[in-house]
Amino acid sequence: MGFAVSSGRPAAGAARLMLGVLPAVPTVCAFVGTLLLFSLFLLVQGQPATDALGLIVQGAYGSSFAWQNTLQRAAPLMLTALCVALPAQVGLIVIGGEGALALGGLAAAIVPQLVPAATPWFVATPLMALFGMLAGGLWVGAAGALRQLRGVNETISSLLLSYIAIALFKHLVEGPLRDPATLNKPSTPPLPDAMTIGSLPGLDVHWGLFWGLVACIAAWVFVRHSTKGFAMRVAGGNPRAARLVGLPVNRLAILACVLGGAAAGLAGMFEVAAVQGSANASMLVGYGYAGILVAFAARQNPLAIVVCALLVGGIEASGSLLQRRLGLPDATTLVLQGLLFANLLAWEAFGVRLTAWRTKLQAAARAGETSASLEGKHA
Amino acid sequence: MTNRRDFIKGAGAFALGSVLPFEAAFGATPLTVGVIYVGARGDFGYNQAQAQAAAIIKKLPNVKVVEEENVPETVAVQKTMEAMIEQDGATLIIATSYGYFDPHVLKVAAKYPKIRFAHCGGVWKAGDPVNITSYFGYIDECQYLNGVVAGHASKTKKLGFVAAKPIPQVLRNINAYTLGAQSVDPSITTHVIFTGDWSMPVKEAEATNSLIDQGCDVITCHVDGPKVIVETAEKRGAMTCGYHASQAPLAPKGYLTGAEWDWATPYTTIVDAVQTSKPLPNLMRGGLKEGFVKMSPYGPKVDAAGRANADAVKAKMVAGQYPIFKGPLKDNKGGVAVASGVTHPQTDIALESMNYLVAGVIGQI
Repeated sequence: MGFAVSSGRPAAGAARLMLGVLPAVPTVCAFVGTLLLFSLFLLVQGQPATDALGLIVQGAYGSSFAWQNTLQRAAPLMLTALCVALPAQVGLIVIGGEGALALGGLAAAIVPQLVPAATPWFVATPLMALFGMLAGGLWVGAAGALRQLRGVNETISSLLLSYIAIALFKHLVEGPLRDPATLNKPSTPPLPDAMTIGSLPGLDVHWGLFWGLVACIAAWVFVRHSTKGFAMRVAGGNPRAARLVGLPVNRLAILACVLGGAAAGLAGMFEVAAVQGSANASMLVGYGYAGILVAFAARQNPLAIVVCALLVGGIEASGSLLQRRLGLPDATTLVLQGLLFANLLAWEAFGVRLTAWRTKLQAAARAGETSASLEGKHA
Repeated sequence: MTNRRDFIKGAGAFALGSVLPFEAAFGATPLTVGVIYVGARGDFGYNQAQAQAAAIIKKLPNVKVVEEENVPETVAVQKTMEAMIEQDGATLIIATSYGYFDPHVLKVAAKYPKIRFAHCGGVWKAGDPVNITSYFGYIDECQYLNGVVAGHASKTKKLGFVAAKPIPQVLRNINAYTLGAQSVDPSITTHVIFTGDWSMPVKEAEATNSLIDQGCDVITCHVDGPKVIVETAEKRGAMTCGYHASQAPLAPKGYLTGAEWDWATPYTTIVDAVQTSKPLPNLMRGGLKEGFVKMSPYGPKVDAAGRANADAVKAKMVAGQYPIFKGPLKDNKGGVAVASGVTHPQTDIALESMNYLVAGVIGQI
């Protein structure tokens, strides 16, 4: 008995360790692949690859300033990535986060005009957040409802709805909701100072980062550790089986879309309240689309979104330093992001092949558990 | 991805970052100027005009220029300004997009009172941080001259104008262009299409084609990058008047002339003032006379009469004797735009809230 246990336990431990590491393997390979290809790209262009790679690290994570720069850029991406990752749990690919962000920001910007000017911030700010989340949630929820109730492809409809949302945003900001004092940059009336959102204590990063983190953690708990989250994943894995066991698949799918849209709407609210001070076209710079990259890089895991948002934020921050130090064009950053995305997709395919290996490892780990429990009984 | 790999390595990233030396930022004699663009430096348009001026100050003694392009009007531009100050030691920041001003330049300028900020747009007002200089040019003078040249060249007497948004700056250009053309032949009309945003290449190409299909034979525009419009018109055999920078290389046959910014004038003035610690005005504006704007050289399709006419008007403008917006002037809905006997000199603040299209413009706001 003793002999069997001593040989079985380390093998099972190793198997369990491998099981934990396995999901990260394609991602790590993708990052290494991107790094090699990007270095090659720089060398072909006659650029000093090592200097550039050093600058990327320095610009993104090399100092406290660089970290704050990265964090600030990452904040909206966490929320817009959730707009992709939550519907993905039920198997829907939603790419219309930009529209939810636009309408969320616009809805938030309307609040100060609806409430008395003396409204304290602790009433006004949550109200703005609520309006933003409602607007975003309804918009993406509509794409989910179209899919579940009318069979309209949600990827296409969410993108098209996003264009409509942006057109609506521009129409309202340049028309009925425009502050007449804004001549050459049409905007809604500026928020009163008391209703704007400041920086996190001790940091030059606004509160959107904090709430982005909270939202990602909450989404992770919801998806992984709640009945509803589990039901969503079941529905995403096999909708017919889910229906067979009596799960309300349509309601779950629409709920996931509403929650995702609410996250993007909240991102819009922070752009208005913490950055721009009013709703205008400057806030529509593609955070919703960058969120798609982040969510896919994170393989739709809400916690991994935090890490991936920091990476994409970091690429942007270091792209800034690359431009200034090496005089590289901005397109360098796009090449880097493009290589990253292409690599992630390519290695994702490799990840599928790992499944067989995973099954073997699971068997090995279970074998270890059995012998361990036997030993426990005998002791 | 490098970041991810190094990020995973964790501490290694920090160590590497702290080993790499920052360039000596303070105490160095050269003035470091940070120039920020909202689009690509080579856009044949708005950003290229700014980059051309940056290239000129780069050649000045004791000036070092750091540049960043495609910086959106979000926290990104705030962080870029701060990074130029903190990481590159810049003491003069030139933020070239109109939309950078409120709230971004305002916020960062208040945070760094010892750094000078220049902004393109001419929008500083009392109460804003005093370390900001906002510069702008009266480019409607050049658009008027564009109109004069187009008026001579057009056979169909229909001109096309591809515009981004119906905001005062754009309306002023459309009106000046139309008035210039009508000074040659009062029957000329300008057909306007608004695309809705500053950079919409596909819509701009569609608009250009549609205007040419309607019979317009000279096309001009007010968008950030006129490249697509000028190329499309050239392909269709139509003539063009440029905007922002010279698009002559894109249309060797049909390019008549163009309304260009000459930002080297404010840039060199500002750099000189910062280097010699001279005071700077918070607002700097100028037209042809002050050298803030200029015309592209005439193309092959401009005849002698057109050249002579445009040159004569230009001479009067430089002498300050040629106000563009002079009553009586009707708008295109039959109302009065400028009453009889009223003349708006170029510097008149009333022109900056223009909200009409003059008679002869086919299009609506």
